[in-house]
Amino acid sequence: MTDIADQSVSTAAATTGRSLLQRGEHAKRRAASETRFRMLGLVAVMIGILAVVGLLASILSNGVSSFFQTYVTVDIYLNPAKLDKTGNRDPEALQKVTTFAYAPLISAAVEKLIETHGIEIEGLKPKDAAKIISKEAPASVRNYVLAHPSKIGETVKFDLLADGRVDGYYKGRVTMDSAKLDRNISPERLELADKLKHAGVLKTRFNWSFFTAPDASDTRPEAAGLGVAILGSAYMMIIVLVLSLPLGVAASIYLEEFAVQNFFTDIIEVNIANLAAVPSIVFGILGLAIFINFAGLPQSAPIVGGLVLTLMTLPTIIIATRAALKAVPPSIREAALGVGASKMQATFHHVLPLAMPGILTGTIIGLAQALGETAPLLLIGMVAFVREFPGAPPEGFFDPASALPVQVYNWTTRGDPAFVERASGAIIVLLVFLIIMNGLAIMLRRRFERRW
Amino acid sequence: MNEMTETATEAAVNAAASNRSVKMRGDKVGVFYGEKQALFDVDLDIYEHEVTALIGPSGCGKSTFLRCLNRMNDTIDGCRVTGKLTLDSENIYDPKIDVVELRARVGMVFQKPNPFPKSIFENIAYGPRIHGLVKSKGDLDEVVAISLQKAGLFEEVKDRLNEPGTGLSGGQQQRLCIARAIAVSPEVILMDEPCSALDPIATAKVEELIDELRENYTIVIVTHSMQQAARVSQRTAMFHLGNLVEVDATDVIFTNPSDPKTQDYITGRYG
Ligand SMILES: Nc1ncnc2c1ncn2[C@@H]1O[C@H](COP(=O)(O)OP(=O)(O)OP(=O)(O)O)[C@@H](O)[C@H]1O
Ligand SMILES: [Mg+2]
Repeated sequence: MTDIADQSVSTAAATTGRSLLQRGEHAKRRAASETRFRMLGLVAVMIGILAVVGLLASILSNGVSSFFQTYVTVDIYLNPAKLDKTGNRDPEALQKVTTFAYAPLISAAVEKLIETHGIEIEGLKPKDAAKIISKEAPASVRNYVLAHPSKIGETVKFDLLADGRVDGYYKGRVTMDSAKLDRNISPERLELADKLKHAGVLKTRFNWSFFTAPDASDTRPEAAGLGVAILGSAYMMIIVLVLSLPLGVAASIYLEEFAVQNFFTDIIEVNIANLAAVPSIVFGILGLAIFINFAGLPQSAPIVGGLVLTLMTLPTIIIATRAALKAVPPSIREAALGVGASKMQATFHHVLPLAMPGILTGTIIGLAQALGETAPLLLIGMVAFVREFPGAPPEGFFDPASALPVQVYNWTTRGDPAFVERASGAIIVLLVFLIIMNGLAIMLRRRFERRW
Repeated sequence: MNEMTETATEAAVNAAASNRSVKMRGDKVGVFYGEKQALFDVDLDIYEHEVTALIGPSGCGKSTFLRCLNRMNDTIDGCRVTGKLTLDSENIYDPKIDVVELRARVGMVFQKPNPFPKSIFENIAYGPRIHGLVKSKGDLDEVVAISLQKAGLFEEVKDRLNEPGTGLSGGQQQRLCIARAIAVSPEVILMDEPCSALDPIATAKVEELIDELRENYTIVIVTHSMQQAARVSQRTAMFHLGNLVEVDATDVIFTNPSDPKTQDYITGRYG
């Protein structure tokens, strides 16, 4: 039996001269080119992955430290003789006392701190000791006093920001050697900081105010936060969502379901496709010309940024929505029309719900794009230095604000290297938002995905 | 030959008209897709409580004519209908008529089962709901149950009305679509090759159903199966290249057609 089978196989090979086990010249070449192509693809993917990993690693290594900040805990005597000469805690009088009056209180408190811990450092002038505290500190103490006037005359425990250089010392940006050449810091002060750290009053801890504080001036990078930028970006996203989703979906439904195919709609179609490819800075110029110069809306305001980004996002949403509508099989429309639904009922009851996952995905991707957009916002003045938080919507939409990507850009242009760290931190925040949004898009698509 | 045919047809039509009333009447119906004419001067009467079968080779305009009867062609860009089509002697192409109302009275079942991707219940409840045919939830439940019963599907699905209609078998889906059409109480039901996607057993069920539905509805069915036309219809209309070749009682068409094209087509020599 086996013999016979073997025989027949060998005869087959003999008669045709072909075997599945032996590759011919042509097959060899084909296999080789296939292997080559596979290797090429693999190399391409590897390069891509390497680039992404390198990018993420550099951002993370630069930026993660911005989520931590060095603080000094000091007991400050809120001297009534300095802060409230009249003595009746009149809010208006308190308001008139500037931060200059607070600085000596902090100096005194630091001196006392050094004394109580028995720290002695050669060559450290007493008036320099307080410079390990941020220049932002008097303002934050003042804010506290204005909020709690009854505390005047008491000694209150404060967690004050350490100076940016001291903070940088613990993050490896500043060394004893570099401190010798630096006008803003001296090795003696770093020594003081080390001793305070040893005493447990100087700590590096998680920095919530990075997310809540407004931007700060060039000399106090340690105080700079993303609060205004996050709020500004959030306001703009709200505006973009509220305007572009209904507009985009309505336009798509009209074009896809109702409009008759003619020359006019063809032109619109081509234009929408082209709009999606227009460089974003052009939208910024448009926004500047129309919304600010012509309509007279305020500069730096989220409303203008939101409108510009809406214009940018619309084509994306329209293209995605039309694709989603097109993907709904015509049999569903016929089924609805066949039982006597009007065209609008067929669209809104059946077609739109089926297209929803695609529409939502497109919208979120459009929003994510808008969130990361910088160029048009620069042109409409969103890059201005804004320390005031915008008010609550809707009035807040007209107040000056910043935006996340613009804040990144802004910080990278500042001189102090501490701002580079902040910029990387801001990029991480931006990336986290983008990842969340894209994750949401994927989740929604999974969730609503239906088969028909 | 033409004269002979015409007199014979007319006689048959008149005979039928004497005991049955005309539900829908086509008068020189022509259809254009853009420049191209797909249907030429079709004069065809649809009688009440009868099944009228439309047969003919592929591309001859059967679907086109059927879709004229509830103005489904309106949805096709560039489609234009000429001539006159009446439902109970009202011109359905009169600009003043309400197309939605027309489609509620002239329902349609498609070639491929196309249930909504919703529950079985929702599939059927949708029509009555948008037409305001039911006042309460109880009424709606009843309409759904009756429609499913009439479509012969109730027993099979009564325990899973909340499951998706797309989860049924092909034959069940087609009967669901028939139930959906019935639920809005139409007067005429149009069916475009309703069994072409079904196996022989499901086909038999649907055919049986069509025969029962004739009691209460007027049915127009497009079919490629001569046996099916012979089994379910009372009258048969033969189309060829956009023309109505002949129309007569089904048994006449199948035993003694007056046009050789019909003869060729039904004996399978053609098309
Ligand atoms: N949407 C359309 N646009 C342009 N031409 C069409 C369209 N629908 C049908 N036609 C043309 O009209 C003619 C009749 O088509 P119809 O669909 O009515 O044929 P049919 O008899 O139903 O054929 P089948 O048995 O294959 O379904 C064909 O020549 C077809 O190409
Ligand atoms: Mg057809």
